[in-house]
Amino acid sequence: MNQTEKSIFRSIDWVIILLYVILVVWGWFSVCGASYDFSDPNIFGWESNSGKQLVWGGTSFILATFLMLIEKRFYEAGSYFIYVAVIILLLATIFIAPDTKGSHSWLPIGPVKLQPAEFAKFATALALGKFMSEYSFSLRNTRDFLTVVGLIVLPMALIIGQRETGSALVFFAFFLMLYREGMTGALLFTGFITVVYFVVGIRYGDVLMSYLPVSVGEFTVLLLAMMCTIGLVWVYCRDIAIVKIMAAVGFGTTAFMLLFSFFVIPFNFCPVMLVVNILFVIYMMFQAFYHKLFTYVLVSLFCVFSSGFYYICDTLFDHLKPHQRIRIEVLLGIEDDPRGAGYNVNQAKIAIGSGGFAGKGFLNGTQTKLKYVPEQHTDFIFCTVGEEEGFIGSVGVLITYLFFIWRLIFLSERQPDTLGRVYGYSVVSIFIFHLFINVGMVLGLTPVIGIPLPFFSYGGSNVWGFTILLFIFLRMDAERGLKQEKY
Amino acid sequence: MIETSYHNRKYILGGVVLFIVITFTVRLAYLQLMSDEYKTFADSNAFLNNVIFPARGAIYDRNGDLLVYNQPAYDIMVVMREVKDLDTLDFCETLGMSKDEFVMRMNNISDRTKNPGYSPYMQQIFLSQLPSKDFSVFQEKLFRFKGFYIRERSVRRYTYPYAAHLLGDVAEVSQQDILANNYYMPGDYIGKQGVERSYEEELRGVKGVQVLLRDAQGRIHGHYKDGAYDRKPVPGKNLTLSIDIELQKLGERLMQGKLGAIVAIEPSTGEILAMVSAPNYDPRKMEGRERGKRMGVMLKDPRRPMLNRAIQGTYPPGSTFKTAQGLTFLQEGIVKSWTSYPCLRGFRHAHRKIGCHGHPSPITFVPAMGTSCNGYFCWGLYYMLGDRNKYSTVHDAITVWKDYMVAMGFGYKLGVDMPGEARGLIPNAQFYDKIYGPSWSAINVLPISIGQGEVTLTPLQIANLGATIANRGHYITPHVVKNVEGGNLADSLLQRHDVPVDKKYYELVVAGMRNAVTSGTCSSANNPWYEVCGKTGTAQNRGHDHSVFMGFAPRVNPKIAVAVYVENGGWGASYGVPIGALMMEQYIRGELCKASMKRAQTIQGKYIQYKF
Repeated sequence: MNQTEKSIFRSIDWVIILLYVILVVWGWFSVCGASYDFSDPNIFGWESNSGKQLVWGGTSFILATFLMLIEKRFYEAGSYFIYVAVIILLLATIFIAPDTKGSHSWLPIGPVKLQPAEFAKFATALALGKFMSEYSFSLRNTRDFLTVVGLIVLPMALIIGQRETGSALVFFAFFLMLYREGMTGALLFTGFITVVYFVVGIRYGDVLMSYLPVSVGEFTVLLLAMMCTIGLVWVYCRDIAIVKIMAAVGFGTTAFMLLFSFFVIPFNFCPVMLVVNILFVIYMMFQAFYHKLFTYVLVSLFCVFSSGFYYICDTLFDHLKPHQRIRIEVLLGIEDDPRGAGYNVNQAKIAIGSGGFAGKGFLNGTQTKLKYVPEQHTDFIFCTVGEEEGFIGSVGVLITYLFFIWRLIFLSERQPDTLGRVYGYSVVSIFIFHLFINVGMVLGLTPVIGIPLPFFSYGGSNVWGFTILLFIFLRMDAERGLKQEKY
Repeated sequence: MIETSYHNRKYILGGVVLFIVITFTVRLAYLQLMSDEYKTFADSNAFLNNVIFPARGAIYDRNGDLLVYNQPAYDIMVVMREVKDLDTLDFCETLGMSKDEFVMRMNNISDRTKNPGYSPYMQQIFLSQLPSKDFSVFQEKLFRFKGFYIRERSVRRYTYPYAAHLLGDVAEVSQQDILANNYYMPGDYIGKQGVERSYEEELRGVKGVQVLLRDAQGRIHGHYKDGAYDRKPVPGKNLTLSIDIELQKLGERLMQGKLGAIVAIEPSTGEILAMVSAPNYDPRKMEGRERGKRMGVMLKDPRRPMLNRAIQGTYPPGSTFKTAQGLTFLQEGIVKSWTSYPCLRGFRHAHRKIGCHGHPSPITFVPAMGTSCNGYFCWGLYYMLGDRNKYSTVHDAITVWKDYMVAMGFGYKLGVDMPGEARGLIPNAQFYDKIYGPSWSAINVLPISIGQGEVTLTPLQIANLGATIANRGHYITPHVVKNVEGGNLADSLLQRHDVPVDKKYYELVVAGMRNAVTSGTCSSANNPWYEVCGKTGTAQNRGHDHSVFMGFAPRVNPKIAVAVYVENGGWGASYGVPIGALMMEQYIRGELCKASMKRAQTIQGKYIQYKF
């Protein structure tokens, strides 16, 4: 062992390794619980999922050790190459992969199947890190920004081509990283508010206000559009006088209409609010020319988009695939069909809810083992935790993840260069996204999007994919001291 | 150069994670800590409670004759998801149903509004209680009908076409039954009427259960905890009724074509020997799937065959009530055995006239009882209620009177071990205050002394009056079950009730009732073998009078007390007395003599025309 490797060994972040081992081991126990068969209680056999998962977990430690030996230079030099190779692999997968439940994402290699989409994450993260660490790079530069978006969207499109929409959506996580790297918060905000519009618009679109012939959804979306427009003008254009005028006109009109409709003649005043929003747009365009401030144009665009969103929402919603539409409807509580589309989520809730405070004990869960929860050992693995380990175990997993992600943020922040930081934040963002969507789905808070819970869900691609993602970063982090010595 | 201007955004990202974790924690707390609802769901999900039904107890008569037993029947079950390539035509032909019926049934099963527990994976009842002969044809073809299964159940069978009201019946539990008692699950059977209902808990036994582990596809993974939670069913207990089925049969024959009731009681034990309600129905026609259809028809019948008149019919007792009056007056000292009252074709006083038939006047107690003199008992009540030395007000007087009546078992339920017993009506002071205002007098209420007016009794109460007199002053709560196998009768059924009237006064009433048989209204009940005591009643009624008889025999150590009530039967002597006499003869002698058989034949053939 030479000098460099010794110092690397010393500067490895053992906190994250500890958390990693905890999660992998905990995950293995959960898979045991989920795939335990009352009539065949052998949890170590290769035949059982738990036995296989033991192999995946064990090999991932070897994989991790191996990855720790690959120097950062290699990634600096080879990131584009890796990215292109993965893109080709993804493209090929669409055509080679056999049909597995309608998805073309699994490549059979010998006795095992691999999912290239899992490896596209670190490849994209590396490519982004490399590209963004170019000296001339700036997110403010439209060309650079669009290239970054392109780098993200390309693998996404290919994965959608494999009919793995869930895995593709994970790539949205990179926008969290971009936010840290200086992307304007307005974009994230727009994304967020779009989801809010959609949820409110669909959920309350057909609900009328009490006593008034006004759709709650339509009214709320238009009011939110009005408020957000005024808010954006306030934050980004910083002209209080204009904000005051817009607020007075907008809220004044709305309040007047509401009272008039309530006390005098009930009528649907949403078109009036729409007109007010259009007036805002005209007013802001005028301001844009007058003050020569492009921001007003952007806010105007936001306002047009927001105001129109409700009306295109229905159309958009109608164009979703029926099973996706039903999933959303069930989630929003419009449809209640516990034996149909809501079956998965409902059974998941039953499994978790039946765990109580302390759970039923290891291998004692009935719901998950008797296969009431579909995909119990993969996407719905958190059910097993909830059922067998109860509230304590579930919150324990969440808190472990919390510290894990916080530690990753800390590590990312201490990276000496952009590549390390961008890559680190990509890892952070991907973990956040997976945790949020996967656990949220099991708890019935987010739509059912089939993505795994890192280290917990059964599968080699899951454990290996996240191990690769994580340990490339850990090696980079371990090298930070060396760099400082060099300079 | 490292860009540091967005350094603070790490806090926002860290905060986002914290926010997500807190939200999930709150959600977990809500799911796992706030309610047990999901736990219940989980249990019903994963544990299949395979219920094992115990055999329902059989019912015997007092002589050990089997009356009610079980026979296997078969429910046809369907698992909707498994029904494939069904030859509908063949299927319908086998079960003898039309295609429309088949389609309607299948639609009803999968309609959650009609079948709330529907699941396409689980067995649903397609057809219930298929009789064995239809079943065997179906079973041969069962392999062709994918998704159809057979579940064995048992149905009640009746040996005799008699005692339907008494035995009652068994049917699927209603929603109310399930709500009232969480022992029952949809599809369980429960006693609906009669003894089947009042002894439901003894007869049904206790369901057993096997707790099986079941996966989402409905496959069974063995017993939970190796059967630690399994329970064996406890079979139902057999009942021995106090009914004599031969006596019951005779009673039902005699009441053919009439409305009314017969109740026979063994005075020394309170055991009911026969309880007839007419019109009756054949309990065998209520077996299994026929029940629903028959019920509908019977509920529409204006003769109300479902009503058990013996305990649910409330009638004016007519002159049979005079015995109770006599006892009260004697005990209160209002009349003595030698007291005589005038009765010139009735009671005439203070513009009140209550008619009577021809007999010598004035008249003393025993002959008054024998001739059923209305005047005598009107005078008795008149003097009792008017006695201001003994009672300060008429209210006090009637309260004393009422207490005697209640002590004799009137005005309240006797507590027979049958459901739906009526209490009848014994008016009290408040009752009359409501009708007449506070200042009423004996004159207003006189008809109650001859069993008319506001007073109503059930035939059971009339029979119980006979038993009380036969016992010379006490009765045991009348009951129809003699013995519960391996169990005890409720204490309340063996309770002795004493009437606060001296035995010597009872002897006077007995003498009067004997007098009625030897030389009075009941003379046709007289026979050479044993001494019958009886009292007729002719309860006035708009239209035809009701024919009533109450009696017991023998006079010493009575074996049977009988009450007969024939609606619109006219004189007490026309139906009441002969029916009562035949019942006594059958029970005491074990059979009818030739002449009696002929008489029974005649009575059985007499139909009374009723207008509805």
